[in-house]
Amino acid sequence: MSGHSSSSPLKLYFGIWITLLVCTGLTVWAAFMDLGRYNAAVALTIATFKAILVALFFMHIKGASEKLTKMVVIASLFFLLILLALSMSDYATRPWS
Amino acid sequence: MSMASASIQMVERENYLNKHYGVGSWLFTTDHKRIALLYLISITFFFFIGGFFALLIRLELLTPAGDLVQADTYNKLFTMHGMVMIFFFLIPSIPAVLGNFLVPMMIGAKDLAFPRINLLSWYLYIIGGVMMLHCMLTGGVDTGWTFYVPFSTAFSNTKVVEAGLAIFVTGFSSILTGLNFVVTIHRMRAPGMTWSRLPLFIWAHYATSIIQLLGTPVIAITIVLVAAERALHLGIFDPKLGGDPLLFQHLFWFYSHPAVYIMILPAMGVESEIIACYSRKRIFGYSFVAFSSIAIAVFGFLVWAHHMFVAGISVYSALVFSLLSYLVAIPSAVKVFNWTATMYKGSIHYDAPMLYAFGFIGLFTMGGLTGLFLAALGIDVHVTDTYFVIAHFHYIMVGGAVMGYLGGMHFWWPKISGRLYPEGWAKLAALIVFIGFNLTFFPQFILGYVGMPRRYYQYPPEFQVLNVLSTAGATILGVGYLLPMVYFLWSMRYGKPAPDNPWNAAGLEWRTASPPPTFNFDEEPVVTWEAYNYDELKSMPVNEEAPVDR
Amino acid sequence: MTDSPVVAVHGEVENPALLHHFAEPQQQRDAASLGMWVFLGTEIMFFGGLFCAYLIYRRWYFGDWGAASKTLDVTLGATNTAVLICSSLTVVLAVWAAKTARRKLLIGSLLLTLVLGFVFLGIKGIEYKEKFENHHVPGPSFQFNNVKIPGHPDQYANPSHAEIYFALYFIMTGLHALHMIIGIGIFIWLTTKAWEGRFTPDYNTPVEIGGLYWHFVDIIWIYLFPLLYLIDRHP
Repeated sequence: MSGHSSSSPLKLYFGIWITLLVCTGLTVWAAFMDLGRYNAAVALTIATFKAILVALFFMHIKGASEKLTKMVVIASLFFLLILLALSMSDYATRPWS
Repeated sequence: MSMASASIQMVERENYLNKHYGVGSWLFTTDHKRIALLYLISITFFFFIGGFFALLIRLELLTPAGDLVQADTYNKLFTMHGMVMIFFFLIPSIPAVLGNFLVPMMIGAKDLAFPRINLLSWYLYIIGGVMMLHCMLTGGVDTGWTFYVPFSTAFSNTKVVEAGLAIFVTGFSSILTGLNFVVTIHRMRAPGMTWSRLPLFIWAHYATSIIQLLGTPVIAITIVLVAAERALHLGIFDPKLGGDPLLFQHLFWFYSHPAVYIMILPAMGVESEIIACYSRKRIFGYSFVAFSSIAIAVFGFLVWAHHMFVAGISVYSALVFSLLSYLVAIPSAVKVFNWTATMYKGSIHYDAPMLYAFGFIGLFTMGGLTGLFLAALGIDVHVTDTYFVIAHFHYIMVGGAVMGYLGGMHFWWPKISGRLYPEGWAKLAALIVFIGFNLTFFPQFILGYVGMPRRYYQYPPEFQVLNVLSTAGATILGVGYLLPMVYFLWSMRYGKPAPDNPWNAAGLEWRTASPPPTFNFDEEPVVTWEAYNYDELKSMPVNEEAPVDR
Repeated sequence: MTDSPVVAVHGEVENPALLHHFAEPQQQRDAASLGMWVFLGTEIMFFGGLFCAYLIYRRWYFGDWGAASKTLDVTLGATNTAVLICSSLTVVLAVWAAKTARRKLLIGSLLLTLVLGFVFLGIKGIEYKEKFENHHVPGPSFQFNNVKIPGHPDQYANPSHAEIYFALYFIMTGLHALHMIIGIGIFIWLTTKAWEGRFTPDYNTPVEIGGLYWHFVDIIWIYLFPLLYLIDRHP
């Protein structure tokens, strides 16, 4: 951990906690609104935002001195994206169902 | 030098082999070198099991009729051959034996980052192995090592779940080994050992570990899905429920294609070490070779659906994967060019490790080029699921990976055992392996091209000659594999004691005793030189039998 | 010639937790931390395969899946999400407490994390029981007849496609729950060691990396909740 005085992390942690709870409520609220095909996008965007908050502040990626930690996360997500995207490239371009 | 003085020499020096005695000191060891030897014994055992199945396959294929075994039994034979060879021999082989032994030494560390997890890796491998053995002894599996659905989930009457779980457990062994290597290479390098001074063997194992870490979990979850579907009738891949069997293939090949790079990259690492030493030159284009390992690891994840060109994926997706498959050949080619350039104007010594290295370059290149044939959609339609594919991957797996493994075992045998192997016999074995290999697998290119399908136990009579040649080659190959086992064992008792650096090779592992002490180095090394500093090292001895005096 | 290990002797005397193959405590900490992060990377890929299957079938059978998803209880799901978010807070407090030698806060936070973990599993158990009673568990006893597709009052959901949804529901939440159980096991061990006074500002790596694992399990649920519970909820 780098550079935090003993009181400031607490404020940050509680702030992130409240934000996460609010976002959860937002997700549920948005789900009951008709946003057409954007319902999924909204839900996933909020989920990603929450995940980033947990990763950056609770898992301390933000304070990590080394780029290596970030590289590990980015690399894993990148390859997950490859799995999802390239598989979808097959399913999305099949002329049959 | 008499045997008496040789044995006195052994008793005087304490090393990792004689430090503790007793079964417990081996089964509860955390010394990476001892764990490497535990793996060596285990994978050799499974190699012979897989080889035994291969022998039965080739015996059946001596005649066009299916007359040695029944069709169902034949299905089990090629399935077990594939599963055992891939998961219990090829994937662990070099990383678990040579990697475990050498990675800490090459970077100047005392052990891997997580020695107890290393031991756990071995135990997971053994548990998976025992499960697979039990599965084989109680009926086996007949789905092919690729256990495609819906046959494996809905129709096969064999022990699919058990085999799958065995592979699942062994997969975690692989993941933990990869985790150990990545953390070790990042965190445990000796002072002065910068990334650009690392031996290319380390770069290769780093790249291999990335693949193990990112790919194996996907086949793990795939196995979970297949097991759930089969045992609990869940139906995710079941076409009757609207499930897509191709989803299985996407998930399966997402791992299983990168898995082939797990099998070949470490051998490429061995290749770099051997060629540099026996050409007495730095590797030409070090950075290119290092980064090509990483490139192979990354690109290897982008090409999996080239196993599915005729399975029913969309044409557009097939085009994309075909193009990407061409790209993945480039870093491999980069390595071959750099090895060749290393040998140019080098001082070549034709010892056994170098013979295996030569074999590797030629055979790997042939296997790799035939991969490009397969990546071309038009050709693939005709040769997929034929013996052309079988020949292609055996050229790489056996002509490449196994040769690399044998070359590496010879090269580092003095370090591992403290004994020299008999060079004459080793050269002979290398030659027998090379001849046997080509006789076994070259005819299979032709067989595939003229249309013999794979996984069939009978074939039209006009294919018999080529099949007989192939089986003949297989027996020769078998002899070639038995020889090193015999003389390595022989050398442990009767071989000449090895000096610290019998080949005058570069690398930190050669700057400590053969065999090494338990904590590898008497003092932590401080590295101030570049990798492959052969211009500073003395030349190789002319008479390879006599140990070098340093 | 001896093989006396060249260990940082000072390190061993000062810090009994230093393992022999590391040169200094910071190296050991860095190795443990990197090891856990790399392991979490593998977990991303492990769950990732399930997300891939989910994505494909959701796209194919959106209507049927909407109908199936509606049978889940949003209140329970959202509550569980809140429970895990609270547990992530208690975890990060525990890590901070370990690093600042606050023993009571450390043990209290760890215990609270455990309680929240059990609450999560309890709610999950209630949900599974309801699914079992309604014959929504895939297999021979599965039934999903006469359920309308949301937004299409004239169409009934295809039971087979719904069965695929429930198969993935059980596997994804089941695997997640298994990871929760393992996490609870880890935190029971951490609580025991914290009680014994094992963790100090100099040595608290197990709390830190145990926390990383717990946060990861939370992040997985952050995605599972909207994907499984909120497919097509709007009236």
